Amino acid sequence: MFNKILIANRGEIVLRIARTAKRLGIPTVAVYSDADAYARHVSACDEAVRLGPPPVRESYLATDKIIAACKRLGVDAVHPGYGFLSENAEFAKTLAQHGITFIGPDPEVVALMGDKIMANRSAKAAGVPTVPGHWEPIASADEAVAIGLEIGLPVMLKAAAGGGGKGIRIARTESDLRDAFRLARSEAQSAFGDDRVFIEKFIIRPRHIEIQVLGDRHGNVIHLGERECSIQRRHQKVIEEAPSPFVDEEMRQAMGGSAVALSKSVGYSSAGTVELIVGQDRSFYFLEMNTRLQVEHSVTEYINDIDIVEWMIRIAAGEELDRTQDDVRLNGWSVEARIYAEDPNRNFMPSIGRLVRCRMPEDTDQLRVDSGVYEGSEISHYYDPMIAKVTSWDLNRDSAITRIRRALDEIYIKGVTHNVEFVATLMANPRFLAGDISTSFIEEEYPDGFVPASLQDSEVEAVIAAAVLMHLRYLHRMAHVTGALPGYRRQIGHDWVVVVDGAHYPVSVTPVAGRGPEEGFDIDVSGHLLSVHSDWQVGDPVLRCTVNAKPQRFTVERNGLGYRLHHMGAETDVVVYRPSVAALAKLMPERKAPDMSKYLLSPMPGMLKSMAREEGEKVGPGDEIAVVEAMKMENIIRAGTTGTIAKFHVKPGDTLSTGQIIAEFA
Amino acid sequence: MRHIIGQLEQKRALARQGGGQKRIDAQHQRGKLTARERIEVLFDPDSFEEWDMFVEHRCNDFGMDKEQIPGDGVVTGFGTVNGRPVFVYSQDFTVFGGSLSEAHAEKICKVMDQAVKVGAPVVGINDSGGARIQEGVASLAGYAEVFQRNVDASGVIPQISVILGPCAGGAVYSPALTDFIFMVKDTAHMFVTGPDVLRTVTHETISHQDLGGAKVHTTMSGVADLAFENDVEALLYVRRLINFLPLSNRAEPPLRPTTDSLDRVEPSLNTLVPDNPNMPYDIKELILKVVDEGLFFEIKPDFAPNLVVGFGHFNGATTGIVANQPMVLAGCLDIDASVKGARFVRFCDAFNIPIVTFLDVPGFLPGVAQEHAGIIRHGAKLLFAYAEATVPKVTVITRKGYGGAYVVMGSKHLRADINYAWPSAEVAVMGAKGAVEILYRGDIQTEAELEARIAAYRDAFANPFGAARRGFIDDVIMPQSTRRRLCKALTMLRNKDVAAPHRKHANPPL
Repeated sequence: MFNKILIANRGEIVLRIARTAKRLGIPTVAVYSDADAYARHVSACDEAVRLGPPPVRESYLATDKIIAACKRLGVDAVHPGYGFLSENAEFAKTLAQHGITFIGPDPEVVALMGDKIMANRSAKAAGVPTVPGHWEPIASADEAVAIGLEIGLPVMLKAAAGGGGKGIRIARTESDLRDAFRLARSEAQSAFGDDRVFIEKFIIRPRHIEIQVLGDRHGNVIHLGERECSIQRRHQKVIEEAPSPFVDEEMRQAMGGSAVALSKSVGYSSAGTVELIVGQDRSFYFLEMNTRLQVEHSVTEYINDIDIVEWMIRIAAGEELDRTQDDVRLNGWSVEARIYAEDPNRNFMPSIGRLVRCRMPEDTDQLRVDSGVYEGSEISHYYDPMIAKVTSWDLNRDSAITRIRRALDEIYIKGVTHNVEFVATLMANPRFLAGDISTSFIEEEYPDGFVPASLQDSEVEAVIAAAVLMHLRYLHRMAHVTGALPGYRRQIGHDWVVVVDGAHYPVSVTPVAGRGPEEGFDIDVSGHLLSVHSDWQVGDPVLRCTVNAKPQRFTVERNGLGYRLHHMGAETDVVVYRPSVAALAKLMPERKAPDMSKYLLSPMPGMLKSMAREEGEKVGPGDEIAVVEAMKMENIIRAGTTGTIAKFHVKPGDTLSTGQIIAEFA
Repeated sequence: MRHIIGQLEQKRALARQGGGQKRIDAQHQRGKLTARERIEVLFDPDSFEEWDMFVEHRCNDFGMDKEQIPGDGVVTGFGTVNGRPVFVYSQDFTVFGGSLSEAHAEKICKVMDQAVKVGAPVVGINDSGGARIQEGVASLAGYAEVFQRNVDASGVIPQISVILGPCAGGAVYSPALTDFIFMVKDTAHMFVTGPDVLRTVTHETISHQDLGGAKVHTTMSGVADLAFENDVEALLYVRRLINFLPLSNRAEPPLRPTTDSLDRVEPSLNTLVPDNPNMPYDIKELILKVVDEGLFFEIKPDFAPNLVVGFGHFNGATTGIVANQPMVLAGCLDIDASVKGARFVRFCDAFNIPIVTFLDVPGFLPGVAQEHAGIIRHGAKLLFAYAEATVPKVTVITRKGYGGAYVVMGSKHLRADINYAWPSAEVAVMGAKGAVEILYRGDIQTEAELEARIAAYRDAFANPFGAARRGFIDDVIMPQSTRRRLCKALTMLRNKDVAAPHRKHANPPL
């Protein structure tokens, strides 16, 4: 076994790898850039080495610095994690030259699979289905028809020089195909100055499903089942699960067999992933092979009860797999969600800044939280803005989803825009719950952009229960202030009115039978009884309770007179009034907020230092618009809402007064 | 007897009707509540006891003798807020437009006198067209009587004014003499001279709201503390504020139970102050993370936001918090911030509320406008207030403590009891660059030399040790343990007692 492992990465994966290494008794070394000097991964290892300035080329991709650190600290193996140097064959080779083990497959295999054409050829040779197509330029419409019919309709015509969706035409019929060929060719010519066009089978509403393989250096390869990774935004996975709701045993064996055959044929010796594109007709085709640990490996670990990182290390050290394919038994269901600092309303652009608040659910046997940040960390623009990944396990899919949804309800993040609501909304989607998904799920379900989930009728009751509980706990706290006159101690009444998003619900509240208000309350909502129990205390940002014995989770904060609750992807504002006050509150006029969203004002006097945006650009809440320098302090001025910048009223170098208009939105 | 009881019921019903259903409807139409409805929102259920319901005006001029409504346009009495006594007067706009008559003023004076005697706060709900013109000088005298009582009660009992309608002319000076002013948007305004007169006298055209609305007074003039959406919100916030306040200067500051651990460690505070001294950070994050349960009642949040003031609890005890806000003007003290801070500090001192100061101040704001508007005079108010305050004073220096502004903001030299510094603290006469430019004026030839001098100055002063060596700082603390240290310090100081020499009163630079 190794003496010391350097983990050439940052963030959660370093903590993940270090945890296994520690269990195996192997000391670890972390590396970091200046931007990560206080990062969580730095203290997760036994030693830490500074690599350099924040840009990755000078830090996490600086092979020479990493190797120098290995030599200096007596490191004999490097785990590359994912991203960065994990699929860099040169790096693997250089390590080998220095006598350091690369925890991954042989450099030759990394290089082979890194070349798309070579990889495709290897797959074909190993008998893995590849997407049917004609990889030579098509000369005429007749040829296109002939080939198209041979492959089977529908087909996709692609410009050889293509990109950005240009020069792509889908043909469903023979006559379609003739037109499509002509159009694709002229489009390709005008867009790229190259009219060569190929034909490929068009897979309708495909799924992205991948097979985890594990091979050792003794020629043994097994697969650990599939992962369903179809839920993607910007071609990046956001929710993964194992197994796939689409794959049956027969299909699993076929896919797994293909993946193992390919791995064996190239001499694969580590953990790897064969990515497949799967049609609605259960046909599957080779996409590519990732020769590294995947972000979503946690779901496979759960259903196999295996530590994949441990086996990567053991295999790299020359050990033989302890199990055969027959020993592999998939158990239960696991779902993972990736929590990113990004804005779902703005095409998932990363959101950078300080994590003013960051609370994650607790790790349990059935819930795993992998995170490389903590409250007070900075999400910088240099690196991937992942905050955490949350993985649940349960006996079946429904239970695993329920478990992770509840966990999402416990995530409390402030300071950056994040995708918790987005992920929770996806998981509330009936199509997702039914397992009816494809890689275009998000575009299909939210064609006009992300719309947060609205509160289901069944959830309104839980919200009422939570709001009453919070309000009465808060009132009890207020009522126990010193100075009350004898006989005047504030009595907390039974009758209340809960206003949920403007709707009034009269309720009658008593402490739970036989217990005090510390335990919970029985709430009568027009004849329907809700019993809410919770140990929530004033100030807790997460409320865990049971409503009629069903566990519920909310993130909560005070919002003016009331509370703002986040639950199952929905944001709800609730106020609890005494009945007489509720009646008076109804008399109050609905006030429309003055439309100052059209303007971005300078919050202080100062000098406009720079503009981060240009006129005509679309921006969202929290986006940097300008920097105002006041008293030598650089203050970032951010947009308050979503809009397009119509006009700048000032220019860099101008002196600003408080309230002066900086920009006007359309 | 039965006859009298019948009459009583009749008079009560009449009084409750105020100006009649039509006027009540009109009041609601304007988005306003009636005087009694407001009291219902303010007080604990069924705790209100009304006084002087049968008082009527004594004016016989201009046909007023034919118009009598019991109560005469103001509802007064006593009630409780969370079981604690509070006196109230609530002007009734439906009765003679809430105008102030001699009798109306007497009712107000009566509750104020009683409030001072028993030591309980007074909440004044203002919704009045002004003086009862028919009464002439008698009405004017009424205002004067109220003003005198506002002054007599100042520093004895907390006085809170809630402006829920017009408040113009001489009437503004009663709220102006009280401790806190809450206003509602759109339906409330305050000014000495209204738009109509302005149009003829100064030829300025302006709306009521633009001249004296809630927005103007909470952002520009600083007359009011907080602006609210409507009457209900404003009054429920008054309840919240009262819960922080002692009943009088004779009463102990209130304590309330807390489940928030005194030892709560906040590791995220260790990364709050950026490495780059020119990068701002939000001081409110620090405040919210150290007070009990994250509950902070901010006063004047939109006026002079470069200084944050407000109430929180430590270990269940009310504490006043004053903090420079590096997000605005780098946290510099300007005229508005000095006045805002001074008034808050004096309130806390008057009512025995300890003061916690978070200090990150690069200095007083430079500028011709500031100098000509009297930053010397106004800055001195804050200095005076801190130096004069004898309540427990605990100061935490988070970053810059430069120049005179450092001295002002609860420094050891102004007899702060406990002064802590974070490791990021730097106490110096000025920033390193400015200091070097003065110290070595004309001596520095090269850029490298300048850099070296600056580095040397930074080494000497850009850390807490220079001040700690002299005992100006009692300890250097880790940011994450700030809450624990503050709770301990304030507990230790709970019985602090400072005898002041006899004098009639001080003479602060008002």
